[in-house]
Amino acid sequence: MKKTSRLLSEVLLVALALAFLSPIYIMVVNSFKSRAELYENALALPSSISFEYYSKALEKMNFFTAFANSLYVTAISVVIVVILASMTAWMLARTDHKLSKIIFMVFVATMLIPFQTLMMPLMQVMDWIRTNLHIPMLNTREGLIYMNVGFHASMAVFLYHGFIKSIPVALEEAATLDGCSKFGLFWRIVFPMLKTITVTIAILDVMAMWNDYLLPSLTLSDKALRTIPLSTFYFFGEFTIVWNLAMAGLTLTIIPVVIFYVFAQKYIIKGIAAGAVK
Amino acid sequence: MNKTKDRAWFALFTVPLIFIFTTVVIIPFIIGIYYSFVKWDGIPANPKVFVGFDNYVQIFKDERFLASAWHTVKFTVLALLSVNVLGLVFSLLVTAKLRVSNAARTMFFMPNLIGGLILGYIWQFLFTDAMEFIGSKTGLGHIFFNWLLSPQFALYAMVVVFTWQMAGYTMIIYIAGIQGIPDEMMEAAKVDGANLWQRITKIIFPLLMPAFTICLFMTLSGAFKIYDVNLSLTKGGPNNATEMFAMNIFNEIFGYGHYGLGQAKAIVFFIIVAVLTLTQVAITKKREVQM
Repeated sequence: MKKTSRLLSEVLLVALALAFLSPIYIMVVNSFKSRAELYENALALPSSISFEYYSKALEKMNFFTAFANSLYVTAISVVIVVILASMTAWMLARTDHKLSKIIFMVFVATMLIPFQTLMMPLMQVMDWIRTNLHIPMLNTREGLIYMNVGFHASMAVFLYHGFIKSIPVALEEAATLDGCSKFGLFWRIVFPMLKTITVTIAILDVMAMWNDYLLPSLTLSDKALRTIPLSTFYFFGEFTIVWNLAMAGLTLTIIPVVIFYVFAQKYIIKGIAAGAVK
Repeated sequence: MNKTKDRAWFALFTVPLIFIFTTVVIIPFIIGIYYSFVKWDGIPANPKVFVGFDNYVQIFKDERFLASAWHTVKFTVLALLSVNVLGLVFSLLVTAKLRVSNAARTMFFMPNLIGGLILGYIWQFLFTDAMEFIGSKTGLGHIFFNWLLSPQFALYAMVVVFTWQMAGYTMIIYIAGIQGIPDEMMEAAKVDGANLWQRITKIIFPLLMPAFTICLFMTLSGAFKIYDVNLSLTKGGPNNATEMFAMNIFNEIFGYGHYGLGQAKAIVFFIIVAVLTLTQVAITKKREVQM
């Protein structure tokens, strides 16, 4: 008796989870259907599998270019955030003067500022740098990387700072006595100890940067530089009513996310929990 | 000597990030305050005319802005409730020690990884096409119709999409809270004859207070600042009925070219977000003392 009720609850839970993901099912099945078939029944499985719309969507979205752009921008931004924020946070946490405290407070306080408050003046500053210092901050992937680093700095410093405060200094002191330079001390002794929080920060930042639409839409105007959210935006604007093609395009954009989830699931879920509880 | 050396190391480690951070966040924030006091159309050749607090006065006469504020509040309250109720239910279900718990958890969390823009597009299809189809097949046309065409239901559509995105996220936080409750306590309650409902309301809920606080305010600030889903699902329509705060600011600046007025709105937006977040921190701190 108890066994059957247990089995029943298991079946119900799986059914609920599947129902929850039904939008994804609807998206995928309709990406294979002809127009007539789609309008006849949006929920049914396709009568035949054809990748016609996928190849068209790949081409119209410039998918591989967009994917490469997203990967390039996200990967480099995250690596720079991790390197610079861990170094900064370590110095701020391990020096006891007023300046460190003030700098840290400024980092924390700016976490309150929403992006919309900064977007317009930021564009003015970047435009000023471009015209007066001739550094191409706008309409380049590197400029976007620079701004990504700036926006994700405070959260990363905050999380690293909290984590570093919780590990004892003794080990670092011993290494200093052994004649290790600060640089060697940080990279050989301290950074390896920060592994868990680094994974958390990297995952939170990868998700935020990969999915970001607003900042890239303001900085990148060249078609060839578009990231995945940007090319989805233009693609969808052009083909809204051509639903099968649109659904094929959306399915394409989700494939990399699903692959990432399958491989990094354990870290993602742990990272989310750790990042939220701060 | 040693002190100079320490200072040099300090600078080497911190200056690169502080420099980037200053140019991207601090300087724009400060000149943003200045922009909120001028009248300017965004064209560099045109003059920025200082108008004092005019922009701020105008905001409170701007009916479309006030309407967007009201939509945001309505949306936020509804989203807060539905995200947290669903997240909590999911977390209770997947911590019930069933063999399929992990698989279910993975599936519930999945939508959270997809960006807001893409989520909005997926649901645009569901509301426009799949819903109409279900309505015509089941005869429940008064529930299953294209929600995006009705001013009232378009806002509910936003709540549905946001809930789909965020429920898994709050679930993860609630799970961490539930797993922190010692098994012996639950066993003891069972032995004492507490039924499932009593165990949930008398033991789990009170011990979940910290998780509640985190989730409530995470959803609060997420819902309040929503933009991507708004853009891709409804574009603020129909008839501006779902235009939220963030979108109103964007349109004012980049759509109408009212750079000064839009920036003043952006500053007001910042103040509201800051007050909400600081209240959160204060409440969380207070709870920590009690625990």
